[in-house]
Amino acid sequence: MPDTQALVNDFLNKLKKLKIEGSQATARQNAELLRSVISQQRVPYTNQAGALIDAVKAVGEQLIAANPVELAVGNIVRRVLHIIREEDLSLTTAAIGGLNLSAVSDDENDDDRDGDSTLSAAAVAAAARSTLRPPSLQTLLEDTPVSAAVPQTSSSGGDSEGKSKSADKSSRSRKLKHDVIEAVNEQIADIVICHEQIAEQAVEHIHQNEVILTLGSSRTVLEFLFAAKEKKRSFRVFVAEGAPRYQGHLLAKELVARGLQTTLITDSAVFAMISRVNMVIVGAHAVMANGGVIAPVGMNLVALAAQKHAVPFVVLAGSHKLCPLYPHNPEVLLNELRSPSELLDFGEFSDCMDFGSGSGSPLLHVVNPAFDYVPPKLVSLFITDAGGHNPSYMYRLIADYYSADDLVVQRRATAGN
Amino acid sequence: MGAQKKRAAAAAAAARVSEDPDDLARQPLQAILLADSFTTKFRPITLERPKVLLPLVNVPMINYTLAWLEAAGVAEVFVFCCAHSKQVIDYLENSEWFSQPNFTVKTIESHNIISAGDALRLIYEQNVIHGDFVLISGDTVSNMSLTQALQEHKERKKKDNNAVMTMIIKKSKPSPITRQSRLGTDELFMAIDPNTKQLLYYEDKADHSKGTICLDKMLLAENPSISLHNDKQDCYIDICSPEVLSLFTDNFDYQHLRRHFVKGLLLDDIMGYKIFTHEIHSSYAARIDNYRSYDIVSKDIIQRWTYPYVPDVKFCGNRATKLERRGMYRALEIEQSRSAQVGSFTVIGYGTKIGSNSKISDSVIGEGCTIGSNVLIEGSYIWDNVIIEDGCELRHVIVCDGVIMKAGAVLKPGVVLSFKVVIGERFVVPAYSKVSLLQQPTVHDSDEELEYADNSSGTVEFSSIQGTADQSNGEMTSESSEAHKPKLGTGGVGYIWSICEGGQEEEWRHSVAPIPEDKLTELSEAMDDDQELVTQDRTALSTSGELISDSNASEGDDNEDSKDDSVYFEKEVEATFLRAVEENVKVDHVILEVNSLRLSYNMTSADCAGAVFYSMMKLAIKTPHSSAIGLLTLYPSPFSMVASNAYPIYLSGELQQNTANIITTWQKLLKSYLLEIDEEIEIILKFEEMCLESAKEFSPLFARILHILYDKDILQEDAILRWADEKEGADESDKVFVRQSEKFIQWLREASEEED
Repeated sequence: MPDTQALVNDFLNKLKKLKIEGSQATARQNAELLRSVISQQRVPYTNQAGALIDAVKAVGEQLIAANPVELAVGNIVRRVLHIIREEDLSLTTAAIGGLNLSAVSDDENDDDRDGDSTLSAAAVAAAARSTLRPPSLQTLLEDTPVSAAVPQTSSSGGDSEGKSKSADKSSRSRKLKHDVIEAVNEQIADIVICHEQIAEQAVEHIHQNEVILTLGSSRTVLEFLFAAKEKKRSFRVFVAEGAPRYQGHLLAKELVARGLQTTLITDSAVFAMISRVNMVIVGAHAVMANGGVIAPVGMNLVALAAQKHAVPFVVLAGSHKLCPLYPHNPEVLLNELRSPSELLDFGEFSDCMDFGSGSGSPLLHVVNPAFDYVPPKLVSLFITDAGGHNPSYMYRLIADYYSADDLVVQRRATAGN
Repeated sequence: MGAQKKRAAAAAAAARVSEDPDDLARQPLQAILLADSFTTKFRPITLERPKVLLPLVNVPMINYTLAWLEAAGVAEVFVFCCAHSKQVIDYLENSEWFSQPNFTVKTIESHNIISAGDALRLIYEQNVIHGDFVLISGDTVSNMSLTQALQEHKERKKKDNNAVMTMIIKKSKPSPITRQSRLGTDELFMAIDPNTKQLLYYEDKADHSKGTICLDKMLLAENPSISLHNDKQDCYIDICSPEVLSLFTDNFDYQHLRRHFVKGLLLDDIMGYKIFTHEIHSSYAARIDNYRSYDIVSKDIIQRWTYPYVPDVKFCGNRATKLERRGMYRALEIEQSRSAQVGSFTVIGYGTKIGSNSKISDSVIGEGCTIGSNVLIEGSYIWDNVIIEDGCELRHVIVCDGVIMKAGAVLKPGVVLSFKVVIGERFVVPAYSKVSLLQQPTVHDSDEELEYADNSSGTVEFSSIQGTADQSNGEMTSESSEAHKPKLGTGGVGYIWSICEGGQEEEWRHSVAPIPEDKLTELSEAMDDDQELVTQDRTALSTSGELISDSNASEGDDNEDSKDDSVYFEKEVEATFLRAVEENVKVDHVILEVNSLRLSYNMTSADCAGAVFYSMMKLAIKTPHSSAIGLLTLYPSPFSMVASNAYPIYLSGELQQNTANIITTWQKLLKSYLLEIDEEIEIILKFEEMCLESAKEFSPLFARILHILYDKDILQEDAILRWADEKEGADESDKVFVRQSEKFIQWLREASEEED
């Protein structure tokens, strides 16, 4: 498949050379790439899910290694792996269900279960139960039956398959692939509309005449604030400029263009202004499994100031930013050091960096980290496209999105090397 | 009808406007990458491997250039390979550059090319460049965005067809002490029109000893404002129009891009071609020209100025490297002893082993190296597969692939070890030496054309010598014990190259090692001296200027210009005078000659008088003393060297006699310039100055010689008295000679009073 390989290489290139800005774009392109990998992947007769998982893992390894700082890549790879597993599971369950219904007619076709054709109905039911996901808190709260946790499309597909005809092998394999691609498509759609889904919740959080503080620029935050404005809420926004990239300036411009009362402040003025602020709303680079946040530099400062003055600190993050890894994991690259030229002009300081004299090592070091780590205890609320969550609930949300088997995509990679 | 036409015209104009961005998009940007620097600054390493493939922070240099070109939106790159072209092409073929989408790399190979000019002529013949192109050499590191510069270039080109080139420059202050940029290149002077950014003057080889640079007067006449910079660094990235190639073809003597082409265009105003500059501020660009810039650019990369072209970003298939605290980059699978200390700003390559208690700081270690215990590595560049045994010390050196350093060997700052050299046990390699398996080419040629030829022969030689080296170390050592080869300790393999070209003096300027402290103080002292000298000259000048101003008021203004002239003039007069003495030329003829000199140098008669008198006095000292022991003749010319108090007093009579003789012989000559009393005072002042500085022998005789001059009617009493009056108000130190001749002056005063 030279076609996919070319696509993968192209995307790898982009990732390596840091040509894609923003985790949303990365996540979307990544999911699209994996979709085409899956659709191109030829599925063998047996163990289709395994083949797909292997194919995705092989590509995923490379992708994750290409830019370890962009955690969204790993998230999407794991999410797709999870989708494959889920679909496989639901198909198996459906097949078992079908087996139950028409055990006699099916047994010569069902290769996988050939040896177990003498399974008792009780055993099948037990197997089905054990392979089902444990009920999530959310589904329990929503008071939906466990069976509804299985995605709609697949369960109905499984039903139709079980009923319509004796399951043909090729059609079943096509079925799995088809279902997986469907689910990945949904995933892509989720990523695309995550801003809107988050923004929908804005009115619940932003109230009349409030003062909101934010740092730097985040598209999610912009949409969120704008959604509240649309709903006729009147409030003011303080924007900390977010040195050294000063993306806050851009955000302020956008907000003003959309008719929001905006005040631009320096990052160092955050502490002075925080007492007048009702709520801090910021975007994030990634949300870790413990509820800690990797966010643009300066965020920890804002979070500490907010804690000091008991101002709620709200983090907006699309679900593709949820990372199933813990920040103390050595495989997680927490930070990225950018060019010092963002801080100071090379020409003006060129004489400070004349290594030709003295000991040969420069006296001036410039460190320009891109991210901060905000510990979970400083975060009051996460708002994702699935709703608002407490930091302590994050692990649960992550368990819904990822399967535990996939957390170590990378270890395989290093072992493979 | 008219309206229709107008509308059509407007539509056409609109179409043209809309076409332009299309134009930009449609015409893919091309680049010429010269994979050969056509210099020999990286010898002896470049005898075995082309410069563009030398690793810079563990990545071959050409990758930085190609990665940047790709990121900057260049669609097609022609890599011009010359020296070691095979290696370059092989490398590129095995790299990922040939398989990039939207980025084609093509190689052009030639073996008989000896300069950048020839290379461009060849490319012109191949007719592959269709539009504007980027001209760059394969040793340039940059992360700038080309969009703006390219836009500017195209707009200028549209307005003025003669704007053929845009040169990228960057602010970077040169060191005031060493007179070189931080990249180790000479201080560069550029004159730029601040409004149009046109380059008007380019001088990278300014003569610092002279302390002046010359600008063509026409520059000032034609351009209302010029800003002259010495704090701009030439990035050696040029955006050129296709005309540049044809210009090279037309002017077949253009070899060097800057020395010939740029200066040629600037000087030659027949064709009216113009060069413009584009200054970059936040982004980085630098060319590796010598060992010092190799060091500096490496450090810039480690400090991330070249982001995203830094070791932990995989911009060209380099190995995964992690950035740790304090700027430490480490690849995978490193074996490091627990007691080893790896300091800040260090890069350690894949699979390297570091032994216990070793200290490494500010260095780059390549892949697969083995470093023993108790090794000290400071500010050094160690390439791949190097073996350093226990207890070695390396400070500010470059060590190429496959070098073996036996236990206890020491490399002093500035050493370069070329490929596969072996340094013997406890051998100390002296500072700034270059060691190679290849012998230093014996024929030293400063001519660039031959350098390349040498290069190729060097490669051939290499293969044979490497063979012998591989055969047996013993053979090599026995060979190396021969007289003409310096040894590298027991078991050492390789030759130490003798330092050439200006010797040690220039070596420190371009070496990897930082400039030693004593050198810096020496230089700064020398600079202080220079400044003192200049100020001294100024003061000396102003006193004489004061005097002249009586006779010629306007003279005082351009003292500075005439300073040099007056020195030359004095010398000329002295030479004329000495010749006249030797050849017995008639006094009248000498007067004529001196007069013509006076006219050609535009001097006053007071200057002539001073100069003539000076020459006479010099002659007086030089004349061999008939009966004297001749202590003076032992020191023939540099009189100033002889301390005056060491001067035996019994010679003074002799000297006085000589002086008297000479004055009598040549008084007519002297008198012909003493038209007024001012000139006479000038003579006295001159004499005083001589006694103080250049001819201290006279100082005890001052009063007596003054008397002789009075006797011979050369000086009138008025002049002497006025001189004494003038000195009345001077410092004590100035009055030494007035004191000395006090009696004489007293006598003169009384005499004049009597007359009255």
